[in-house]
Amino acid sequence: MSSLPEGVERREFDGRERLSTRGQPVYGEPTDGEWRCWDAGRSKLGAMLETGMDVDLSGGESVLYLGAASGTTVSHVADFAGPTYAIEFAPRPVRDLIGVAENRSNLFPLLKDARKPETYAHIVEADLDLLVQDVATRGQAAVAVDNAQFLAADGQLCLAIKARSEDVTADPETVFEEVREEVAAAYEIVDTRRLEPFHDDHLGVVARKR
Amino acid sequence: MTEHATERGWFADLDPGSVDGAREAIDDGSAAEPADWPQRAVETGFADSEADYYELLQEATVAATRATVVDREQANDKQLLHAVRAMDDADRTANELAERLAEWAGTLFDDVGTGVDAARQLADREPSTPLESRVISLAERVDDLATEADELRTFIKRQAPEVAPNLSEMAGAVLAARLIALAGGLEALAKKPSGTVQVLGAEDALFAHLAGRGSSPKHGIIYTHEYVSGTRPEDRGSASRALAGKLSIAARIDHYSGERRSEIHAELADRMSTIRARAEGDDTSEGGDQ
Repeated sequence: MSSLPEGVERREFDGRERLSTRGQPVYGEPTDGEWRCWDAGRSKLGAMLETGMDVDLSGGESVLYLGAASGTTVSHVADFAGPTYAIEFAPRPVRDLIGVAENRSNLFPLLKDARKPETYAHIVEADLDLLVQDVATRGQAAVAVDNAQFLAADGQLCLAIKARSEDVTADPETVFEEVREEVAAAYEIVDTRRLEPFHDDHLGVVARKR
Repeated sequence: MTEHATERGWFADLDPGSVDGAREAIDDGSAAEPADWPQRAVETGFADSEADYYELLQEATVAATRATVVDREQANDKQLLHAVRAMDDADRTANELAERLAEWAGTLFDDVGTGVDAARQLADREPSTPLESRVISLAERVDDLATEADELRTFIKRQAPEVAPNLSEMAGAVLAARLIALAGGLEALAKKPSGTVQVLGAEDALFAHLAGRGSSPKHGIIYTHEYVSGTRPEDRGSASRALAGKLSIAARIDHYSGERRSEIHAELADRMSTIRARAEGDDTSEGGDQ
């Protein structure tokens, strides 16, 4: 199991050890002083760290986050990372995301479609350290491959794949296998793991850009 | 990053240190590939330092994204729902008042017709008595209400394709807006099975059927679509089932993706020509297919 990045700690909340970061509370999460609980059940990246996947982060990374939704996970990322670009396509959750970004000077919210990197390549910088992806659309592997252009040569990908977004009827394992193959076009896969019990039918993938 | 990169960052046309005009650049700009924008911004003098750049970037992205979200949300399905209900209310009220007016005006003038057009003619008259003033004033209200309904219709025709491009292309703007209004919103419509979409607006007939009175309705508001009303009666069940199926898919694409997809429109046209071809086949052999 890899160590947690600086700025992320396991602390005791409600009687058990849970992940936490330091920052302004966002969604009514439990807090302990300036530490706020990072609920792995509400965050796929949180679940990837909680289940001990081989994520190599030390803190202060520059990040592109695809599928930021209302900013639950990205708020924790911005707490421990450096410049963090948050892409979300749907206007409704972005309203909340803006509230999260207002309190975090290193978080840049953008209302853009992750399937069209050219519409934000004039804003998001090159050579980033980390790409986090949690988009619930068909073609999740293609999104990861298309957005590899933002990563530095050894940049990391933390990808959460939702089987049901690709094909509701297919067996999740079949979907995951196809996605793994497609992702391998641009990345070297480091670790994959199912995210149960935190998220059903989701696969976590950690990879490095080739 | 290469020395001779031709891509331009979002800040390229902005005044140094200012985010005025950043929204347009952020929303509408593009680049084939990313670059080291913080460094570029410092080199070109847009920002004094990388820290300064990030501060400007945060201010610009928060402001631009907020403004765009507000715009996008105001062009939303709920506004369309209110507009179509208001249009129907204005239409219905104009017609009711026009009937009242025709009855009343008939006692004063000989050459009064019925309906909204007659009311509009009446509104142009000059009253010569206090009684005529009241009647002509009422005619002016009818004229105003009917005009409001027309303007609401124009608004819906412009707005519906923004909110639901596929549904509007398939159903026409007004029927698309009515379906959204009957379902209670685009999301609600997207979540309905196509069998429900097929009978939206025929709730009275549907519940009468469920209570054991009458046959099940074949179509609701989608009857106003040419694909249903223009199909011969014995094939209307098939036609409305096919139309409702594709309308549901169109609503789901509009709600969940928002992109225009041409293939579903072609598929529906194809299916409809198959259904209508039955009529030609039956011209020679007697009777329907059901």
